[in-house]
Amino acid sequence: MSGHHQTLALLLFSAFVAVTLAITTWVSRNRHGSAEEFYAGGRLFSPMENGFALSGDYMSAASFLGVTGLISLYGYDGLLYAVGFLVAWLVVLFLVAELVRNCGRFTLADVVAARMDERPVRIAAGTSSVVVSVLYLVAQMVGAGSLVSLLLGGTSDAARNWTVIGVGALMVIYVSMGGMRATTWIQIVKAVLLIGGAVVLTVLVLMRFHGDINDLLRSAARRSGHGTAFLAPGLKYGGDWTARFDFMSLGLALVLGTAGLPHILSRFYTVPTARAARRSVVWSIGLIGGFYLMTIVLGFGAAAVVGPEAVRGSNAAGNTAVPLLALDLGGGADSTGGTVLFAVVAAIAFATILAVVAGVTLASSAAVAHDLYASLRRRRAKPHGEVAVARVASVGIGVIAIALGLLARDLNVAFLVGLAFAVAASANLPVLLYSLFWRSFTTRGAVWAVYGGLVPSLLLVLLSPVVSGSPESLFPGVDFQYFPLQNPGLVSIPLGFLVGWLGTVTSSEPPDEAKHAEIEVRALTGAGAV
Amino acid sequence: MDKHDGGDTGEVRFDDPWYDALASGWGELDGTGALAPTVPAARSEHEGRTGGAAHVYLEVQRSAAFREVRARYRRFVIPAVAVFFPWYVGYVVTATTAPGFMARPVAGAVNVALLAGLGQFLTTFLFAWAYARHARLRRDRAALELRWDTQEMTRNARGGER
Repeated sequence: MSGHHQTLALLLFSAFVAVTLAITTWVSRNRHGSAEEFYAGGRLFSPMENGFALSGDYMSAASFLGVTGLISLYGYDGLLYAVGFLVAWLVVLFLVAELVRNCGRFTLADVVAARMDERPVRIAAGTSSVVVSVLYLVAQMVGAGSLVSLLLGGTSDAARNWTVIGVGALMVIYVSMGGMRATTWIQIVKAVLLIGGAVVLTVLVLMRFHGDINDLLRSAARRSGHGTAFLAPGLKYGGDWTARFDFMSLGLALVLGTAGLPHILSRFYTVPTARAARRSVVWSIGLIGGFYLMTIVLGFGAAAVVGPEAVRGSNAAGNTAVPLLALDLGGGADSTGGTVLFAVVAAIAFATILAVVAGVTLASSAAVAHDLYASLRRRRAKPHGEVAVARVASVGIGVIAIALGLLARDLNVAFLVGLAFAVAASANLPVLLYSLFWRSFTTRGAVWAVYGGLVPSLLLVLLSPVVSGSPESLFPGVDFQYFPLQNPGLVSIPLGFLVGWLGTVTSSEPPDEAKHAEIEVRALTGAGAV
Repeated sequence: MDKHDGGDTGEVRFDDPWYDALASGWGELDGTGALAPTVPAARSEHEGRTGGAAHVYLEVQRSAAFREVRARYRRFVIPAVAVFFPWYVGYVVTATTAPGFMARPVAGAVNVALLAGLGQFLTTFLFAWAYARHARLRRDRAALELRWDTQEMTRNARGGER
């Protein structure tokens, strides 16, 4: 495998970067620099545009690289990720999208703060949004790193580190220059590219097996060395009960986490009405569902065509299964077809990472500026500085994400995303649902709900085998592992709901009937929505 | 799903006047919005007045029209959540606790597990379609009327303050 496909991939990727930078410059040419513009892109995107952007934000490197990798290594257990990622959208559609669009302005904290004592609630919700976003960013950075080390052959540490730094720098440019408008267009372009790439590869896989799914599954099972066990659950999460509970934990986190992801919530503010928000979710369910069905084919395809040994040999966590599959489907390492297809897929995966990273950074910088800074700043500071603060925050978040991305580079991307989902489901979802639906929810309950989900979930991760105590952990040398599960969701999500309830029933302030009436009327009718 | 959505498009502009209202008035709002972005709209409205508009929301909440909209929303969402969530959790729990059952072959290489997984995809699509259809036919028009009424009432209660 010599330099051809690397050069081509780099060229294609440079073209994508050039196009996105052009978009960024173009959409920001006569920007007002207002908060509406920066956080919500003017709120005038159509449902279809926003549906593509939502799916672009959601179909991250974790899905394209991580899930296919897991399927190619562990068969059916990887498929469970795809199911969880999709079903989660029903929670978003039924309980969150329209109501959040009607009640909020830019961030998750807006919805909660509308009913509560603003300052403490805003600080709590802002903090948890930033934490979730940073975790999510780390996953994307790791994906970028493993992709490039494959692309440049060998596992040159320097190249990998510089990629992570480069991705971080680019995302800061997109976000701080273009705000939501540029980010949305980048997502749309990326969603089209990603779905197009997945369609081409899926068709090629199916052609390889003459359209015979049965043959594909059988070949995958045979090649995997596990036989029919490959097509049933249990290879990764079977065996002892720790692994099984770990899987249930992950399943819960996946289905409940999406509705608490700040970068998904902030997308609903880019359309004019709740109705448009609903229709954009329906669009994205269609797109995302189609995409995950294709990743399943690609994952089994990678197992059947490339084989688990080759996948594992390239990246122990399986993150590079799809590019390897593309190389093989195009005709092998020395053929033109293989080179081109490999380069295209690698460039698309890169574009995916860049776009998702930009979306998440924007959401977290909004949380910093709109929630944290606005609540913590001194009164005399000029309010128009908010967008400027958001720009600076995006730089800070970029630096943190780069640093953590370099540290966590050997973990599976889909698994890292699972952690981010668990924290989102524990810290953000309880407070959001209680605020929207529970009449006697109070400020104290809201603050407790956020910290009661956030602190345990982070603590459990720190004490889990992910961080210490096993050969694969971040710090294999030390052992302070006291919690057996890798994903904290099973414990921390119920805890978030429980602590929020506890804070409410023990609080001395009476629930505010009028504010609950206001939230409920606004949520369901859209009265007074911006 | 797309087909349904496409059919929807023509209708939206028709009975959703907000769509245009927002578009035309936005430029001006933008300029002022930039100056006070630190508090959400709901809050800043509250600071100035304690009685008027807050009372309007209570009044609307008690009205028969609003209770009907809320009931329609709940009548769909509560049963739907009660079906899809246990179905998903049941799927995950079965996959982890009864892999033997899930591995049972059905046809060729396809086993119970694969069928259940595809079933999850299918039910998700169906639920999304049904929800969108229900909201469009049973809720949207009533909600929009309530929205205008409520905003009218708030404006009056505030006494032309804005």
